Amino acid sequence: MDILLLNIIVLIYILAIGYLGYRGWKETRDSEDYMVAGRKIHPYVMAMSYGATFISTSAIVGFGGVAGLFGMGLLWLTFLNIFVGIFIAFVVFGKRTRKMGHNLSAMTFPELLARRFDSKFIQYFGGLVIFLGMPMYASVVLIGAARFIETTLAVDFDLALMIFSVIIAAYVVLGGLKGVMYTDALQATIMFVGMAFLLVMTYGQLGGIVTANQALTNLADLVPANLASMGHEGWTAMPAFGSAWWWTLISTLVLGVGIGVLAMPQLVVRFMTVRCNRELNRAVLVGGVFILMMTGVAFVVGALSNVYFVQHDGVIAIAAAQGNSDSIIPVYINASMPEWFVYIFMLTLLAAAMSTLSSQFHAQGTAIGRDVYETLAGMRGGRSIPITRIGIIIAVVVAVILGYVLPPSIIAPGTAIFFGLCAAAFLPMYACALFWRRATKAGAVAGLVTGTFVSLFWLVFVHQKEAAPLGIAKMVLGRDVLITTMPWPVVDPIVVALPLAFVVTVAVSLATKPPAKEHVDKCFKGID
Amino acid sequence: MGINDPWIWGVYVLSVLSALLCVAYGLVNWNKGVKKEQKEILEEVAWEEGEAQMEEKELGL
Repeated sequence: MDILLLNIIVLIYILAIGYLGYRGWKETRDSEDYMVAGRKIHPYVMAMSYGATFISTSAIVGFGGVAGLFGMGLLWLTFLNIFVGIFIAFVVFGKRTRKMGHNLSAMTFPELLARRFDSKFIQYFGGLVIFLGMPMYASVVLIGAARFIETTLAVDFDLALMIFSVIIAAYVVLGGLKGVMYTDALQATIMFVGMAFLLVMTYGQLGGIVTANQALTNLADLVPANLASMGHEGWTAMPAFGSAWWWTLISTLVLGVGIGVLAMPQLVVRFMTVRCNRELNRAVLVGGVFILMMTGVAFVVGALSNVYFVQHDGVIAIAAAQGNSDSIIPVYINASMPEWFVYIFMLTLLAAAMSTLSSQFHAQGTAIGRDVYETLAGMRGGRSIPITRIGIIIAVVVAVILGYVLPPSIIAPGTAIFFGLCAAAFLPMYACALFWRRATKAGAVAGLVTGTFVSLFWLVFVHQKEAAPLGIAKMVLGRDVLITTMPWPVVDPIVVALPLAFVVTVAVSLATKPPAKEHVDKCFKGID
Repeated sequence: MGINDPWIWGVYVLSVLSALLCVAYGLVNWNKGVKKEQKEILEEVAWEEGEAQMEEKELGL
């Protein structure tokens, strides 16, 4: 480790961030009208700041590591990230969400749904799902950052986690994300350049695209026997159809995260804060390319790291990372890239984690303050400030504690659990809210409850990966999972809970009285 | 490409194509979707003020 080089890079980085933060703060402060200032922001800055919020250490370190283990089949997630997470989300869902949110003066995701269906229950129940579910996602983002610090600075993981948690706590207490679009855009730009560099260097070192891919294809014989028995057929091949490996890849990682992104609370809120549809159109362009460069590169490089490790150390990536897929990307970058790049990459990853974490804690704060407390107490006003602050403190503490107790190789599955839960709970109701005037309050509530509880039941009693360590099924049923016949123990909750919640939402809506026409007209004003 | 499985090279290409779709969509619609009506702009401003008020006065964020 070159301390002098590290310090110089950190100093330049802090100066750049400080300057841009000051510039953003000054522009909004000096302006007579903050709203007007916001409207003048360049579309590039706006679109890249989205990117910094969407992409975190989870996508690059966690899922990149999974690609090191599973191979390039994970690219199906990149395809869904771009096509569903950017194109469908922005063009199909985003524009309607923006307009309906404004028609109903909704400020949060649960509030949008609650006002569309005229149900307080939806708001506080939805707020609770977000508040209780999100610490899992926040903690895996923390873990991703700490794993990179651990490898790069050669410190103990627990110490790395503690240092980063203190930085995050200070950042959140000092106000977090407010007015930092320029710094977000800088982070996203460095990430973009960094990932491009990583891709070019990786293919360059391994002899070019075709040679490197062919070398990876040729490694199929090195798949360990235990992975081969689960369906692993090499790093440039899909797992055997219907095998345990296939179900985990497709149902948990690709579908869970690829579809779940449509119903992520912190993402949906971004649609409502967008100034106009033009910004969404422009963000599609930047977002599509940005996501390709982030997850596409992370997954390709993650898979190709196997070739590098075999050529240099004679072992596959997961062995080089001591069995922890979360360490594959940090170990690969530290081993194969120039030192200055490793430091810049670490700082960008940490910054990406900070902007994502800050928006997660923000979403949890509004969930507990506005959606739960204010809705249940039936009042709007200053009294919820202490509740929101205590909520955020609890969220940070829980995320850090989870960071210490969660097992290795957890980043990708941990992310997938939260995305899957959000998809099952919110997506049926959200899609019906935007596209189906006939959907009723009873249908929406029934779908929300079905999606949430079927997902939780499945996690606790059916999906082996969570059910076995939790041990509740063992206590109640005397065995690890309810159904032991394959493939059920490896089928992700989203495969069952999401369609079921959709059917329940539609069936109950059709069986109940249609909503009042005036209300629906108000919701859809300017949309159809 | 050095990849034999059509499901893998297929998605490799598909990912790049879907990003190109986003680029094409963004270019074609680069200047579309600007609000024309004053009324709509006022609605937006009211929403943004409401949001700022919620964050500062109710939630203290």
